[in-house]
Amino acid sequence: MQRFDELDHASLKSDIPAFRAGDTVNVHVKVVEGTRSRIQVFKGVVIRRHGGGVGETFTVRKVSFGVGVERTFPLHTPIIDHIEVVTRGDVRRAKLYYLRDLRGKAAKIKEKRDTPANA
Amino acid sequence: MTTTATKTQKGLLGTKLGMTQVWDENNRLVPVTVIQAGPNVVTQVRAAETDGYAAVQLGFGAIDPRKVNKPMAGHFEKAGVTPRRFLIEIRTADAGEYSLGQELGADTFEPGQPVDISATTKGKGFAGVMKRHGFHGVSSSHGAHKNHRKPGSIGGCATPGRVFKGMRMAGRMGGVRHTTQNLTIHAVDADKGLLLVKGAVPGPRGAVVLVRSAAKGA
Repeated sequence: MQRFDELDHASLKSDIPAFRAGDTVNVHVKVVEGTRSRIQVFKGVVIRRHGGGVGETFTVRKVSFGVGVERTFPLHTPIIDHIEVVTRGDVRRAKLYYLRDLRGKAAKIKEKRDTPANA
Repeated sequence: MTTTATKTQKGLLGTKLGMTQVWDENNRLVPVTVIQAGPNVVTQVRAAETDGYAAVQLGFGAIDPRKVNKPMAGHFEKAGVTPRRFLIEIRTADAGEYSLGQELGADTFEPGQPVDISATTKGKGFAGVMKRHGFHGVSSSHGAHKNHRKPGSIGGCATPGRVFKGMRMAGRMGGVRHTTQNLTIHAVDADKGLLLVKGAVPGPRGAVVLVRSAAKGA
C-alpha cells in the first residue's frame, strides 16, 4: 500500500493540533452562503475521535440554549479552516458519551493540570 | 464477415495499485482505485484493407528479452519497440491516427469520462451458493436443521426427472475475467501516470487491468 503514499498525503492535513477527547476546541468552519463564504466557529468539547487516515472524524458537543448539539467533522475535511485547542480536559476515557446524560455543572470537564515532569 | 468499428474507442493497460479516498471539489470524500496506467506502446495498427477491421494493438509491461520467442521478438522489432509482456487490441475507427511505437500514457483519459475496466477477479475457491450466486439460504431458526446455507430445491421430481442444465450451484468462484462498466475517471495524474477511478475495480492489487472508453451510455 506504500505505492501511492504521496497521493494519500495530499488528502491529509498537516496543520492539525494535537487534541483528544475531553479537550475544548474552536473549530473554524467555512460556510458557503450563496456565492460568498465566511468562517463560523463551532466551540465545544471533543467527545470522540474515530477512525484513522483520511477518514478520521471527531465529534464536538456543545450545549446551545439548553439543547445539546453534536457535530461530527472529518478531521481532514477542506471545510475546516483551522482548529484551536482552548483547554485540555482531564478525562479517563477516549469516548465521552456519558456527557450526554449529564447537564449543568456535572457535565463540566476538569481542566488538565500540568504535572511537573516525572518529579 | 466483415465488421467495421464505428466508434472511436480508447484503451490503456495498467496495474491496479489499490484503493484510497480523496476529497473532491464539493469537499466530499470519494473512494477511488489507483491505477498505474501505461506507458503503453503501439505495437501494431490494423486497417480494414489489410486485416478486415480497424484496431490498434498496445503493449504493456516489462519482460526479459530472452524470454520472448522468435516470432514475438520479430513482431516487436517490426514496431521498433522493446518487447512487452502484455498485448491487447482495441477496436477503434480512428486506428489510422496511431503510429507504430507511439507511447500512450494516463493522459489518454480525462477526468469525468466513463470507462469500462476489465481484469481477472480474485479467486474465491470453491464457494457455496450464497456467496457465489447470492442465494438467500435457509432460515436460521424455525426448525431449520443443518441447512442454513444450502440452496434448497434444485428442481421437480418425476417431471422433468432431471436437473436442468445451468442450474446455479456451488463451485469455483472468481479468477475469471470480469468487466465493470461505466466507472468514472475521477482524476488523472499524467506526470506519475496514475488514473484515479471512482469505485472498485476487479482484481487484486498488482493485477493488470484494461481501461477502455465505456461501451454503453452516451
